[in-house]
Amino acid sequence: MDVNIEPHGQDAPPAVEAAPVVAFRNVSIAFDGPPVLEDVSFSVAPGETRILLGPAGVGKSVLLKLANGLLRPDQGSILLFGEEIAHMPEEQLYPLRSRTGMVFQEGALFDSLTVRDNVAFQLIQERVPDSEIDRRVRDALRFVELEETFDLYPASLSGGMRRRVAIARAFIQTPELLLYDSPTGGLDPVTSTTIIELIVKERDVSHTPSLLVTHRLQDAFLLCNHRFEPEQGRMVPLPKGETDPNTTFLMLEEGRLIFDGSLNELVKSKNPFVREFLQ
Amino acid sequence: MAIASIEKTAKNMVLTVQDYSLFAWRALTNLYRPPIYWPEFLVQSDIIGFGSLSIVMLSGISTGGVLALQSSATLAAFGATAVTGQFVSIIMIRELGPVLTGIMVAGRNSSSMASELGSMVVTEQIDAMRALGVDPIRKLVTPRIFASIAMLFFLTIVADACSILGGSLVTVFMNHQNGMQYFSMAWEHLRLPDIVQGLVKPLFYGYILSSVGCFCGMRTSGGTQGVGRSTIQAVVTSSVLILFVDFFLTQLLLTLFAGWM
Repeated sequence: MDVNIEPHGQDAPPAVEAAPVVAFRNVSIAFDGPPVLEDVSFSVAPGETRILLGPAGVGKSVLLKLANGLLRPDQGSILLFGEEIAHMPEEQLYPLRSRTGMVFQEGALFDSLTVRDNVAFQLIQERVPDSEIDRRVRDALRFVELEETFDLYPASLSGGMRRRVAIARAFIQTPELLLYDSPTGGLDPVTSTTIIELIVKERDVSHTPSLLVTHRLQDAFLLCNHRFEPEQGRMVPLPKGETDPNTTFLMLEEGRLIFDGSLNELVKSKNPFVREFLQ
Repeated sequence: MAIASIEKTAKNMVLTVQDYSLFAWRALTNLYRPPIYWPEFLVQSDIIGFGSLSIVMLSGISTGGVLALQSSATLAAFGATAVTGQFVSIIMIRELGPVLTGIMVAGRNSSSMASELGSMVVTEQIDAMRALGVDPIRKLVTPRIFASIAMLFFLTIVADACSILGGSLVTVFMNHQNGMQYFSMAWEHLRLPDIVQGLVKPLFYGYILSSVGCFCGMRTSGGTQGVGRSTIQAVVTSSVLILFVDFFLTQLLLTLFAGWM
Protein backbone atom coordinates (compact mmCIF):
# COMPACT_ATOMS: atom_id res chain seq x y z
CA MET A 1 0.00 0.00 0.00
CA ASP A 2 2.70 2.50 -0.86
CA VAL A 3 0.80 4.13 -3.69
CA ASN A 4 -0.40 7.70 -3.51
CA ILE A 5 -4.15 7.54 -4.02
CA GLU A 6 -6.06 10.43 -5.59
CA PRO A 7 -9.83 10.95 -5.47
CA HIS A 8 -11.57 10.04 -8.70
CA GLY A 9 -13.80 12.65 -10.34
CA GLN A 10 -17.36 11.27 -10.46
CA ASP A 11 -20.76 12.64 -11.44
CA ALA A 12 -21.69 13.33 -7.83
CA PRO A 13 -19.81 16.19 -6.20
CA PRO A 14 -17.70 15.41 -3.13
CA ALA A 15 -19.93 15.29 -0.07
CA VAL A 16 -18.61 18.11 2.07
CA GLU A 17 -20.21 20.98 3.95
CA ALA A 18 -23.73 19.58 3.41
CA ALA A 19 -26.14 18.85 6.29
CA PRO A 20 -25.41 15.29 7.40
CA VAL A 21 -27.92 12.50 6.84
CA VAL A 22 -26.73 10.82 10.04
CA ALA A 23 -24.64 12.42 12.77
CA PHE A 24 -23.32 10.74 15.94
CA ARG A 25 -22.18 13.06 18.71
CA ASN A 26 -20.31 11.59 21.70
CA VAL A 27 -22.38 8.40 21.62
CA SER A 28 -21.79 5.73 24.26
CA ILE A 29 -23.64 2.47 24.94
CA ALA A 30 -23.09 -0.49 27.26
CA PHE A 31 -24.93 -3.78 27.93
CA ASP A 32 -24.43 -5.03 31.50
CA GLY A 33 -20.68 -4.56 31.35
CA PRO A 34 -17.95 -2.41 29.87
CA PRO A 35 -19.01 0.08 27.16
CA VAL A 36 -19.55 -1.38 23.71
CA LEU A 37 -19.21 2.06 22.15
CA GLU A 38 -17.57 5.01 23.87
CA ASP A 39 -17.71 8.66 22.88
CA VAL A 40 -18.22 7.96 19.17
CA SER A 41 -18.69 10.97 16.89
CA PHE A 42 -18.93 11.00 13.09
CA SER A 43 -21.38 11.90 10.35
CA VAL A 44 -22.58 10.68 6.96
CA ALA A 45 -23.10 13.45 4.39
CA PRO A 46 -25.52 13.28 1.42
CA GLY A 47 -24.09 11.10 -1.34
CA GLU A 48 -21.38 9.76 0.93
CA THR A 49 -20.54 6.08 1.48
CA ARG A 50 -18.83 5.43 4.81
CA ILE A 51 -17.15 2.09 5.41
CA LEU A 52 -16.91 1.10 9.05
CA LEU A 53 -13.96 -1.21 9.62
CA GLY A 54 -12.95 -3.17 12.67
CA PRO A 55 -12.45 -6.70 13.91
CA ALA A 56 -15.40 -8.89 14.98
CA GLY A 57 -17.08 -7.96 18.29
CA VAL A 58 -15.89 -4.37 18.33
CA GLY A 59 -19.39 -2.83 18.22
CA LYS A 60 -19.86 -2.26 14.48
CA SER A 61 -23.35 -3.81 14.27
CA VAL A 62 -24.40 -1.99 17.44
CA LEU A 63 -23.35 1.30 15.86
CA LEU A 64 -25.39 0.51 12.76
CA LYS A 65 -28.48 -0.31 14.85
CA LEU A 66 -28.05 2.97 16.72
CA ALA A 67 -28.11 4.85 13.42
CA ASN A 68 -31.81 4.06 12.77
CA GLY A 69 -32.94 3.85 16.38
CA LEU A 70 -33.11 0.05 16.71
CA LEU A 71 -30.95 0.58 19.81
CA ARG A 72 -30.82 3.63 22.09
CA PRO A 73 -27.55 5.15 23.32
CA ASP A 74 -26.83 5.59 27.02
CA GLN A 75 -25.19 8.94 26.30
CA GLY A 76 -24.76 11.33 23.40
CA SER A 77 -27.01 12.36 20.56
CA ILE A 78 -27.84 10.86 17.16
CA LEU A 79 -29.34 12.92 14.37
CA LEU A 80 -31.15 11.07 11.58
CA PHE A 81 -32.38 13.27 8.71
CA GLY A 82 -31.81 16.22 11.05
CA GLU A 83 -34.00 14.84 13.84
CA GLU A 84 -32.71 13.82 17.24
CA ILE A 85 -33.58 10.13 17.65
CA ALA A 86 -31.69 9.15 20.82
CA HIS A 87 -34.76 9.64 22.99
CA MET A 88 -37.49 9.71 20.36
CA PRO A 89 -40.55 7.50 21.15
CA GLU A 90 -40.68 4.27 19.11
CA GLU A 91 -43.93 5.31 17.38
CA GLN A 92 -42.29 8.46 15.98
CA LEU A 93 -39.28 6.49 14.78
CA TYR A 94 -41.23 4.27 12.36
CA PRO A 95 -41.75 6.98 9.70
CA LEU A 96 -38.04 7.87 9.87
CA ARG A 97 -36.98 4.22 9.64
CA SER A 98 -39.16 3.67 6.59
CA ARG A 99 -37.00 6.30 4.84
CA THR A 100 -33.93 4.12 5.42
CA GLY A 101 -33.02 0.72 3.99
CA MET A 102 -31.14 -1.82 6.06
CA VAL A 103 -29.40 -5.02 4.99
CA PHE A 104 -28.87 -7.36 7.93
CA GLN A 105 -25.91 -9.68 8.46
CA GLU A 106 -27.77 -12.87 7.54
CA GLY A 107 -30.40 -11.17 5.40
CA ALA A 108 -33.15 -11.43 8.06
CA LEU A 109 -35.75 -12.42 5.47
CA PHE A 110 -39.18 -13.39 6.79
CA ASP A 111 -39.27 -17.21 6.64
CA SER A 112 -43.02 -17.47 6.24
CA LEU A 113 -43.22 -15.10 3.25
CA THR A 114 -42.21 -15.62 -0.37
CA VAL A 115 -39.41 -13.58 -1.93
CA ARG A 116 -42.08 -11.41 -3.56
CA ASP A 117 -43.75 -10.67 -0.20
CA ASN A 118 -40.39 -10.14 1.52
CA VAL A 119 -39.24 -7.58 -1.02
CA ALA A 120 -42.68 -5.95 -1.11
CA PHE A 121 -43.10 -5.93 2.68
CA GLN A 122 -43.24 -2.14 3.00
CA LEU A 123 -45.41 -1.74 -0.11
CA ILE A 124 -47.92 -4.30 1.22
CA GLN A 125 -48.16 -2.38 4.52
CA GLU A 126 -48.84 0.80 2.52
CA ARG A 127 -51.61 -1.05 0.61
CA VAL A 128 -50.05 -0.40 -2.81
CA PRO A 129 -52.09 -2.16 -5.58
CA ASP A 130 -50.95 -5.72 -6.35
CA SER A 131 -50.11 -4.99 -9.99
CA GLU A 132 -47.78 -2.15 -8.99
CA ILE A 133 -46.22 -4.29 -6.25
CA ASP A 134 -45.49 -7.06 -8.77
CA ARG A 135 -43.91 -4.59 -11.19
CA ARG A 136 -41.72 -2.92 -8.55
CA VAL A 137 -40.67 -6.23 -7.00
CA ARG A 138 -39.65 -7.55 -10.42
CA ASP A 139 -37.64 -4.36 -11.02
CA ALA A 140 -35.90 -4.70 -7.64
CA LEU A 141 -35.19 -8.41 -8.23
CA ARG A 142 -33.88 -7.62 -11.72
CA PHE A 143 -31.48 -5.10 -10.10
CA VAL A 144 -30.01 -7.90 -7.96
CA GLU A 145 -30.31 -10.39 -10.86
CA LEU A 146 -32.68 -12.73 -9.05
CA GLU A 147 -35.92 -12.30 -10.96
CA GLU A 148 -36.46 -16.07 -11.12
CA THR A 149 -36.82 -16.29 -7.31
CA PHE A 150 -40.06 -14.26 -7.31
CA ASP A 151 -42.28 -17.10 -5.98
CA LEU A 152 -39.70 -18.96 -3.89
CA TYR A 153 -39.44 -19.06 -0.11
CA PRO A 154 -36.21 -17.92 1.62
CA ALA A 155 -35.51 -21.50 2.81
CA SER A 156 -34.84 -22.55 -0.78
CA LEU A 157 -32.25 -19.79 -1.41
CA SER A 158 -28.48 -19.94 -0.86
CA GLY A 159 -26.76 -17.55 1.59
CA GLY A 160 -25.66 -15.22 -1.21
CA MET A 161 -29.11 -15.18 -2.80
CA ARG A 162 -30.71 -14.35 0.56
CA ARG A 163 -28.32 -11.44 0.94
CA ARG A 164 -29.23 -10.20 -2.56
CA VAL A 165 -32.96 -10.48 -1.83
CA ALA A 166 -32.33 -8.50 1.38
CA ILE A 167 -30.60 -5.83 -0.74
CA ALA A 168 -33.60 -5.74 -3.10
CA ARG A 169 -35.90 -5.33 -0.07
CA ALA A 170 -33.76 -2.43 1.19
CA PHE A 171 -33.68 -0.74 -2.25
CA ILE A 172 -37.33 -1.05 -3.28
CA GLN A 173 -38.55 2.14 -1.59
CA THR A 174 -35.58 4.18 -2.91
CA PRO A 175 -34.35 4.96 0.63
CA GLU A 176 -32.60 8.16 1.63
CA LEU A 177 -30.01 6.21 3.65
CA LEU A 178 -28.70 2.66 3.31
CA LEU A 179 -27.25 0.67 6.20
CA TYR A 180 -25.32 -2.52 5.37
CA ASP A 181 -24.42 -4.86 8.23
CA SER A 182 -21.56 -7.09 7.00
CA PRO A 183 -23.28 -7.79 3.67
CA THR A 184 -20.52 -10.20 2.59
CA GLY A 185 -19.96 -11.90 5.94
CA GLY A 186 -19.69 -15.69 5.61
CA LEU A 187 -19.84 -15.68 1.81
CA ASP A 188 -17.35 -17.10 -0.68
CA PRO A 189 -15.12 -14.58 -2.58
CA VAL A 190 -17.10 -14.81 -5.84
CA THR A 191 -20.46 -14.19 -4.15
CA SER A 192 -18.89 -11.43 -2.03
CA THR A 193 -17.74 -9.66 -5.18
CA THR A 194 -21.27 -9.96 -6.63
CA ILE A 195 -22.69 -8.31 -3.49
CA ILE A 196 -20.05 -5.53 -3.56
CA GLU A 197 -20.83 -4.96 -7.24
CA LEU A 198 -24.51 -4.41 -6.32
CA ILE A 199 -23.50 -1.92 -3.63
CA VAL A 200 -21.20 -0.07 -6.05
CA LYS A 201 -24.02 -0.06 -8.62
CA GLU A 202 -26.45 1.43 -6.09
CA ARG A 203 -23.85 3.97 -4.96
CA ASP A 204 -22.99 5.16 -8.47
CA VAL A 205 -26.51 5.01 -9.95
CA SER A 206 -28.58 6.44 -7.08
CA HIS A 207 -25.87 8.18 -5.00
CA THR A 208 -27.74 7.12 -1.85
CA PRO A 209 -25.73 7.89 1.29
CA SER A 210 -24.74 4.71 3.05
CA LEU A 211 -22.99 3.28 6.06
CA LEU A 212 -21.41 -0.12 5.49
CA VAL A 213 -20.01 -2.33 8.20
CA THR A 214 -17.36 -4.90 7.32
CA HIS A 215 -14.26 -6.56 8.71
CA ARG A 216 -13.09 -7.58 5.21
CA LEU A 217 -10.49 -5.15 3.88
CA GLN A 218 -10.67 -6.54 0.35
CA ASP A 219 -14.39 -5.61 0.16
CA ALA A 220 -13.67 -2.12 1.46
CA PHE A 221 -10.89 -1.52 -1.07
CA LEU A 222 -13.01 -2.99 -3.87
CA LEU A 223 -15.73 -0.46 -3.07
CA CYS A 224 -13.25 2.38 -3.03
CA ASN A 225 -11.29 1.40 -6.15
CA HIS A 226 -14.16 0.58 -8.48
CA ARG A 227 -17.05 2.32 -10.14
CA PHE A 228 -20.14 1.05 -11.93
CA GLU A 229 -19.99 1.30 -15.71
CA PRO A 230 -23.61 1.56 -16.98
CA GLU A 231 -22.72 0.82 -20.60
CA GLN A 232 -21.01 -2.44 -19.72
CA GLY A 233 -23.52 -3.12 -16.93
CA ARG A 234 -20.75 -4.11 -14.52
CA MET A 235 -18.23 -2.81 -12.02
CA VAL A 236 -14.89 -1.66 -13.46
CA PRO A 237 -11.66 -0.64 -11.70
CA LEU A 238 -10.84 3.06 -11.46
CA PRO A 239 -7.58 4.19 -13.10
CA LYS A 240 -4.57 3.19 -11.05
CA GLY A 241 -4.11 5.35 -7.96
CA GLU A 242 -7.64 6.83 -8.08
CA THR A 243 -10.42 6.25 -5.54
CA ASP A 244 -14.06 7.19 -5.23
CA PRO A 245 -14.03 10.62 -3.50
CA ASN A 246 -17.30 9.98 -1.66
CA THR A 247 -16.26 6.66 -0.17
CA THR A 248 -14.46 7.17 3.14
CA PHE A 249 -13.49 5.09 6.14
CA LEU A 250 -14.13 4.80 9.85
CA MET A 251 -12.37 2.37 12.15
CA LEU A 252 -13.35 1.11 15.59
CA GLU A 253 -11.09 -0.33 18.24
CA GLU A 254 -12.66 -1.63 21.45
CA GLY A 255 -15.65 0.67 21.11
CA ARG A 256 -13.68 3.81 20.30
CA LEU A 257 -13.49 5.47 16.91
CA ILE A 258 -9.78 5.61 16.09
CA PHE A 259 -9.89 6.63 12.43
CA ASP A 260 -12.11 8.84 10.26
CA GLY A 261 -10.84 9.71 6.78
CA SER A 262 -10.13 8.75 3.20
CA LEU A 263 -8.42 5.61 1.86
CA ASN A 264 -5.28 7.66 1.28
CA GLU A 265 -5.24 8.75 4.92
CA LEU A 266 -6.04 5.23 6.06
CA VAL A 267 -3.11 3.62 4.30
CA LYS A 268 -0.79 6.36 5.56
CA SER A 269 -2.07 6.19 9.14
CA LYS A 270 0.59 5.76 11.82
CA ASN A 271 -1.89 4.31 14.34
CA PRO A 272 -0.47 0.90 15.35
CA PHE A 273 -3.95 -0.71 15.41
CA VAL A 274 -4.74 0.58 11.90
CA ARG A 275 -1.31 -0.61 10.68
CA GLU A 276 -1.91 -4.05 12.19
CA PHE A 277 -5.43 -4.25 10.73
CA LEU A 278 -4.18 -3.31 7.25
CA GLN A 279 -1.46 -5.93 7.35
CA MET B 1 -22.12 -10.98 47.59
CA ALA B 2 -25.25 -13.03 48.30
CA ILE B 3 -27.22 -9.90 49.21
CA ALA B 4 -26.09 -8.19 46.01
CA SER B 5 -27.24 -11.24 44.05
CA ILE B 6 -30.65 -11.26 45.79
CA GLU B 7 -30.99 -7.53 45.17
CA LYS B 8 -30.15 -8.00 41.47
CA THR B 9 -32.65 -10.88 41.12
CA ALA B 10 -35.37 -8.87 42.88
CA LYS B 11 -34.71 -5.86 40.65
CA ASN B 12 -34.84 -8.07 37.55
CA MET B 13 -38.15 -9.57 38.64
CA VAL B 14 -39.70 -6.15 39.26
CA LEU B 15 -38.33 -4.94 35.92
CA THR B 16 -39.79 -7.98 34.13
CA VAL B 17 -43.22 -7.38 35.69
CA GLN B 18 -43.01 -3.72 34.67
CA ASP B 19 -41.95 -4.62 31.11
CA TYR B 20 -44.72 -7.22 30.84
CA SER B 21 -47.35 -4.74 32.06
CA LEU B 22 -46.27 -2.10 29.56
CA PHE B 23 -46.05 -4.67 26.74
CA ALA B 24 -49.48 -6.18 27.47
CA TRP B 25 -51.09 -2.76 27.81
CA ARG B 26 -49.58 -1.53 24.54
CA ALA B 27 -50.67 -4.66 22.71
CA LEU B 28 -54.22 -4.28 24.06
CA THR B 29 -54.63 -0.58 23.29
CA ASN B 30 -53.33 -1.05 19.74
CA LEU B 31 -56.80 -2.26 18.79
CA TYR B 32 -58.10 1.27 19.13
CA ARG B 33 -55.47 2.86 16.89
CA PRO B 34 -54.94 2.15 13.20
CA PRO B 35 -53.47 0.33 11.38
CA ILE B 36 -55.26 -2.83 12.51
CA TYR B 37 -54.06 -6.01 10.82
CA TRP B 38 -57.35 -7.88 10.25
CA PRO B 39 -55.87 -10.53 7.90
CA GLU B 40 -53.35 -11.50 10.62
CA PHE B 41 -56.23 -11.63 13.12
CA LEU B 42 -58.12 -14.09 10.88
CA VAL B 43 -55.04 -16.25 10.26
CA GLN B 44 -54.30 -16.42 14.00
CA SER B 45 -57.95 -17.15 14.79
CA ASP B 46 -57.76 -20.13 12.45
CA ILE B 47 -54.48 -21.37 13.97
CA ILE B 48 -55.59 -20.89 17.58
CA GLY B 49 -59.30 -21.69 17.23
CA PHE B 50 -59.60 -24.43 14.64
CA GLY B 51 -56.13 -25.78 15.42
CA SER B 52 -56.97 -26.30 19.09
CA LEU B 53 -60.43 -27.74 18.49
CA SER B 54 -59.46 -31.42 18.63
CA ILE B 55 -57.47 -31.22 21.88
CA VAL B 56 -60.19 -29.13 23.53
CA MET B 57 -62.93 -31.59 22.48
CA LEU B 58 -60.94 -34.62 23.65
CA SER B 59 -60.01 -33.06 26.98
CA GLY B 60 -63.63 -31.93 27.47
CA ILE B 61 -65.06 -35.40 26.79
CA SER B 62 -62.57 -37.16 29.06
CA THR B 63 -62.90 -34.64 31.91
CA GLY B 64 -66.70 -34.84 31.77
CA GLY B 65 -66.49 -38.63 31.75
CA VAL B 66 -64.11 -38.72 34.73
CA LEU B 67 -66.29 -36.29 36.67
CA ALA B 68 -69.34 -38.47 36.06
CA LEU B 69 -67.44 -41.61 37.15
CA GLN B 70 -66.06 -40.05 40.32
CA SER B 71 -69.20 -38.18 41.31
CA SER B 72 -71.59 -41.08 40.78
CA ALA B 73 -69.51 -43.32 43.08
CA THR B 74 -69.61 -40.68 45.82
CA LEU B 75 -73.22 -39.65 45.22
CA ALA B 76 -74.35 -43.30 45.31
CA ALA B 77 -73.43 -43.39 49.02
CA PHE B 78 -76.14 -40.76 49.60
CA GLY B 79 -78.58 -42.22 47.08
CA ALA B 80 -78.19 -39.10 44.94
CA THR B 81 -76.81 -40.44 41.64
CA ALA B 82 -79.65 -38.58 39.90
CA VAL B 83 -77.82 -35.26 40.34
CA THR B 84 -74.76 -36.42 38.38
CA GLY B 85 -75.81 -34.26 35.41
CA GLN B 86 -76.17 -31.16 37.59
CA PHE B 87 -72.81 -31.85 39.20
CA VAL B 88 -70.97 -32.27 35.90
CA SER B 89 -72.56 -29.29 34.15
CA ILE B 90 -72.11 -26.79 36.98
CA ILE B 91 -68.51 -27.79 37.74
CA MET B 92 -67.55 -27.80 34.09
CA ILE B 93 -69.32 -24.61 33.02
CA ARG B 94 -68.38 -22.52 36.04
CA GLU B 95 -64.87 -23.73 36.66
CA LEU B 96 -63.17 -26.61 34.88
CA GLY B 97 -64.26 -25.78 31.33
CA PRO B 98 -62.59 -22.34 31.20
CA VAL B 99 -59.53 -23.36 33.25
CA LEU B 100 -58.83 -26.63 31.43
CA THR B 101 -59.38 -25.06 28.03
CA GLY B 102 -57.09 -22.16 29.02
CA ILE B 103 -54.33 -24.53 30.12
CA MET B 104 -54.69 -26.80 27.06
CA VAL B 105 -54.61 -23.83 24.67
CA ALA B 106 -51.70 -22.31 26.63
CA GLY B 107 -49.75 -25.56 26.20
CA ARG B 108 -50.36 -25.52 22.48
CA ASN B 109 -50.40 -21.85 21.51
CA SER B 110 -48.45 -19.98 24.18
CA SER B 111 -45.48 -22.22 23.39
CA SER B 112 -45.97 -21.79 19.66
CA MET B 113 -46.14 -17.99 19.97
CA ALA B 114 -43.01 -17.89 22.14
CA SER B 115 -41.01 -20.14 19.81
CA GLU B 116 -42.18 -18.42 16.61
CA LEU B 117 -41.51 -14.89 17.86
CA GLY B 118 -38.33 -16.03 19.63
CA SER B 119 -36.96 -17.49 16.38
CA MET B 120 -37.81 -14.22 14.65
CA VAL B 121 -35.91 -12.28 17.33
CA VAL B 122 -32.73 -14.40 17.13
CA THR B 123 -32.68 -14.29 13.33
CA GLU B 124 -33.14 -10.49 13.42
CA GLN B 125 -36.51 -10.68 11.64
CA ILE B 126 -38.12 -8.54 14.37
CA ASP B 127 -35.36 -5.93 13.96
CA ALA B 128 -35.85 -6.13 10.18
CA MET B 129 -39.57 -5.45 10.64
CA ARG B 130 -38.81 -2.44 12.85
CA ALA B 131 -36.20 -1.24 10.34
CA LEU B 132 -38.87 -1.45 7.62
CA GLY B 133 -41.05 0.93 9.62
CA VAL B 134 -43.56 -1.63 10.91
CA ASP B 135 -44.37 -2.02 14.61
CA PRO B 136 -43.94 -5.75 15.45
CA ILE B 137 -46.22 -5.45 18.48
CA ARG B 138 -49.00 -4.09 16.32
CA LYS B 139 -48.36 -6.53 13.47
CA LEU B 140 -47.54 -9.74 15.38
CA VAL B 141 -48.67 -9.43 19.00
CA THR B 142 -52.00 -7.58 18.92
CA PRO B 143 -53.66 -9.97 16.38
CA ARG B 144 -52.49 -12.99 18.45
CA ILE B 145 -53.90 -11.53 21.66
CA PHE B 146 -57.30 -10.69 20.21
CA ALA B 147 -57.53 -13.97 18.31
CA SER B 148 -56.74 -15.85 21.53
CA ILE B 149 -59.38 -13.96 23.52
CA ALA B 150 -62.06 -14.50 20.86
CA MET B 151 -61.19 -18.13 20.17
CA LEU B 152 -60.86 -19.18 23.81
CA PHE B 153 -64.39 -17.90 24.39
CA PHE B 154 -65.77 -20.25 21.70
CA LEU B 155 -63.42 -23.12 22.58
CA THR B 156 -64.68 -22.99 26.17
CA ILE B 157 -68.26 -23.36 24.94
CA VAL B 158 -67.16 -26.37 22.87
CA ALA B 159 -65.29 -27.85 25.87
CA ASP B 160 -68.35 -27.37 28.11
CA ALA B 161 -70.63 -29.08 25.57
CA CYS B 162 -68.15 -31.95 25.06
CA SER B 163 -67.72 -32.49 28.79
CA ILE B 164 -71.48 -32.73 29.35
CA LEU B 165 -71.60 -35.17 26.44
CA GLY B 166 -68.67 -37.17 27.93
CA GLY B 167 -70.45 -37.25 31.30
CA SER B 168 -73.64 -38.49 29.63
CA LEU B 169 -71.80 -41.33 27.86
CA VAL B 170 -70.37 -42.55 31.17
CA THR B 171 -73.71 -42.11 32.94
CA VAL B 172 -75.66 -44.05 30.31
CA PHE B 173 -73.21 -46.75 29.17
CA MET B 174 -71.10 -47.38 32.29
CA ASN B 175 -73.28 -46.35 35.23
CA HIS B 176 -76.46 -47.55 33.44
CA GLN B 177 -78.50 -44.52 34.50
CA ASN B 178 -81.18 -42.64 32.61
CA GLY B 179 -79.80 -40.31 29.95
CA MET B 180 -82.88 -38.04 29.89
CA GLN B 181 -82.62 -37.55 33.64
CA TYR B 182 -78.91 -36.68 33.28
CA PHE B 183 -79.57 -34.01 30.64
CA SER B 184 -82.59 -32.59 32.39
CA MET B 185 -80.64 -32.22 35.66
CA ALA B 186 -77.72 -30.71 33.76
CA TRP B 187 -79.98 -28.11 32.12
CA GLU B 188 -82.59 -27.31 34.76
CA HIS B 189 -80.21 -26.38 37.55
CA LEU B 190 -78.08 -24.17 35.41
CA ARG B 191 -78.53 -20.44 36.17
CA LEU B 192 -77.54 -17.39 34.16
CA PRO B 193 -74.72 -16.41 36.62
CA ASP B 194 -73.17 -19.87 36.12
CA ILE B 195 -73.00 -19.33 32.37
CA VAL B 196 -71.79 -15.72 32.69
CA GLN B 197 -69.03 -16.80 35.09
CA GLY B 198 -67.95 -19.52 32.71
CA LEU B 199 -67.84 -17.18 29.74
CA VAL B 200 -66.12 -14.23 31.41
CA LYS B 201 -63.14 -16.31 32.55
CA PRO B 202 -61.88 -17.36 29.10
CA LEU B 203 -61.62 -13.70 28.10
CA PHE B 204 -59.02 -13.23 30.84
CA TYR B 205 -57.26 -16.55 30.20
CA GLY B 206 -57.01 -15.88 26.46
CA TYR B 207 -55.36 -12.57 27.24
CA ILE B 208 -52.96 -14.16 29.73
CA LEU B 209 -51.82 -17.07 27.56
CA SER B 210 -51.24 -14.95 24.47
CA SER B 211 -49.63 -11.93 26.12
CA VAL B 212 -47.28 -14.15 28.16
CA GLY B 213 -46.41 -16.26 25.09
CA CYS B 214 -45.68 -13.21 22.96
CA PHE B 215 -43.79 -11.44 25.78
CA CYS B 216 -41.52 -14.45 26.37
CA GLY B 217 -40.93 -14.75 22.62
CA MET B 218 -40.10 -11.08 22.13
CA ARG B 219 -37.59 -11.15 25.02
CA THR B 220 -35.70 -14.14 23.66
CA SER B 221 -31.92 -13.93 23.72
CA GLY B 222 -29.14 -16.47 23.40
CA GLY B 223 -29.81 -18.13 20.05
CA THR B 224 -31.70 -21.40 19.60
CA GLN B 225 -31.14 -22.38 23.23
CA GLY B 226 -32.84 -19.14 24.20
CA VAL B 227 -35.84 -20.05 22.04
CA GLY B 228 -36.20 -23.31 23.99
CA ARG B 229 -35.99 -21.44 27.29
CA SER B 230 -38.61 -18.90 26.19
CA THR B 231 -40.98 -21.68 25.13
CA ILE B 232 -40.77 -23.43 28.50
CA GLN B 233 -41.10 -20.13 30.32
CA ALA B 234 -44.19 -19.20 28.31
CA VAL B 235 -46.06 -22.45 29.02
CA VAL B 236 -45.15 -22.59 32.71
CA THR B 237 -45.84 -18.90 33.39
CA SER B 238 -49.12 -18.76 31.48
CA SER B 239 -50.45 -22.00 33.05
CA VAL B 240 -49.54 -20.93 36.59
CA LEU B 241 -50.89 -17.43 35.99
CA ILE B 242 -54.20 -18.86 34.71
CA LEU B 243 -54.61 -20.97 37.88
CA PHE B 244 -53.56 -18.05 40.09
CA VAL B 245 -55.88 -15.54 38.42
CA ASP B 246 -58.69 -18.12 38.46
CA PHE B 247 -58.74 -18.07 42.26
CA PHE B 248 -59.17 -14.30 42.48
CA LEU B 249 -61.52 -14.13 39.50
CA THR B 250 -63.76 -16.83 40.99
CA GLN B 251 -63.84 -14.98 44.29
CA LEU B 252 -64.70 -11.73 42.54
CA LEU B 253 -67.41 -13.27 40.36
CA LEU B 254 -68.97 -15.13 43.29
CA THR B 255 -69.14 -11.85 45.20
CA LEU B 256 -70.63 -10.03 42.22
CA PHE B 257 -73.27 -12.70 41.63
CA ALA B 258 -73.93 -13.44 45.31
CA GLY B 259 -77.47 -12.10 45.13
CA TRP B 260 -78.31 -14.08 41.95
CA MET B 261 -77.26 -17.56 43.05
